[in-house]
Amino acid sequence: MAARAEVVRERPPRGQERVSATGNYAAAYAARDADVDVVAVYPITPQVQIAEKLAEMIANGELDAEMIHVESEHSAMSAVIAAAATGARAFTATSSQGLELMHEMLWIAAGLRQPVVMAVATRALSAPINIWNDYTDVMSARDTGWIIIFSENVQEVYDNVVQAFRIAEHPDVLLPVMVALDGYILSHTVEPMYRIPQDEVLSYAPKRPRGYRPVLDPDRPVTMGVLAAPNWYYEIKRQQAEALRESKKVVREAGREFGKRFGRYYDLLEPFMLDDAEYVMVSMGATASLVKAAVKRLRREGVKVGAVKVRVYRPFPADELAEMLQHAKAVGVLDRAIAFGGPTEGPLFADVAVSLATRGVHVPMVSFVHGLGGRDIFVRDVVEMFRILADYARKGRSATTTIFFGVRE
Amino acid sequence: MEQLRYSRVPELRGWRDVPIAGIVPWPGSTAENRMHAWRTFRPVIDPEKCVRCRLCWVYCPDGAIVELDKPYTTRSGRTYKVTYEVNYDYCKGCGICANECPVKAIRMVPEVR
Repeated sequence: MAARAEVVRERPPRGQERVSATGNYAAAYAARDADVDVVAVYPITPQVQIAEKLAEMIANGELDAEMIHVESEHSAMSAVIAAAATGARAFTATSSQGLELMHEMLWIAAGLRQPVVMAVATRALSAPINIWNDYTDVMSARDTGWIIIFSENVQEVYDNVVQAFRIAEHPDVLLPVMVALDGYILSHTVEPMYRIPQDEVLSYAPKRPRGYRPVLDPDRPVTMGVLAAPNWYYEIKRQQAEALRESKKVVREAGREFGKRFGRYYDLLEPFMLDDAEYVMVSMGATASLVKAAVKRLRREGVKVGAVKVRVYRPFPADELAEMLQHAKAVGVLDRAIAFGGPTEGPLFADVAVSLATRGVHVPMVSFVHGLGGRDIFVRDVVEMFRILADYARKGRSATTTIFFGVRE
Repeated sequence: MEQLRYSRVPELRGWRDVPIAGIVPWPGSTAENRMHAWRTFRPVIDPEKCVRCRLCWVYCPDGAIVELDKPYTTRSGRTYKVTYEVNYDYCKGCGICANECPVKAIRMVPEVR
């Protein structure tokens, strides 16, 4: 079989500089181009380069920001919440155990409605200790009230962090945003990417005038972090739930506007060869590009398969997903995480299943878990998953238990 | 800041109208929270027995004992220049005043609603 060389000649977007960067550098570049005021990062593998690069840029005078040296991730998150509360643009980054140590403060960032932006290099959780990629850390933070965006490649890491500032600080949103990048697979892989000039980033994600949101200011004192008795707490939380759900509009608008200005369009979901697809695989992050490769391979064999990438995981685009999948014959969900003791062990599967069931889309569904703790997923694995999916479609029923793929029996 | 401008009357509002993150946009708002509903017993000061030592005023953790420039003459003929009363808006009924009173002039009376 002759090798198919696909030469893609990309015209560099106007004014954008083509650079080579790891996912970690891309996140740091984006924070720098967004001109962050305060950075507080505690280093943890595989996110360390973000802290290093930002510290380097501050030391070189490329970035005028305060770097707060903290003693833990709990303090890092506390520091950026406080910085944001004074009106500063604040950025942090973490991974795995660090995200777990932050957990308490994640709730407070969202509850206090502080527009903090954080990059998370996804990594497995201990025990046993493992520093490689899976999404279990982010899944553990999914209910904290943050907007969570997954990146598929290094370019997306940069673009998502830039968009995160615009989304988080929007007056209708005022919520923290987490940008996930696959540990090692993106965090340490060098890829070419386009960097947007800083003035254009700042015109896209402008620093708003002080006072457009309540901030700590000695001249206009406010109380933040109040005690809310049973007669107030419920209403405040209900409002927060609404803010997160409604942030979908702002996230979509930010993706469209980004495309208009910089040539790369983003939405909540990304369909791939979905038009006449019978069997569809849903996935997130860098894993999604692997699924796309499998879809391409099967399409060449004439099998009608397609894929959906969930880019924005929280708020979950349930309506949009149900609409996209309404004509599918069977839906598989590839989780790179494990939710112990759930009705199925795939956390993304649970979200997809509820979205479809509550919106009247009844198709056979299969939950796949693969790639825990950095276990490689191959295109042939995903091809095999599609075969299993087709089996269930023929039987006309869903799998009641999660299929653990790629594990030694 | 427009959204923060709401009435100072602490009325219970629907979820759409509560201030974002429960942020209180003016200082000293604790004074607006009345604590009377916390009480199961209310302190009642007997001006006859009271010797105006001011210990209740000193010990009250909520500043709910008030010293009034109101002269009072007891049945035994003694005249005091001041009278002590309880601000029942803020008294939580903790009973510290009654416990500290050296002449047992403060009684804790059950709140009956």
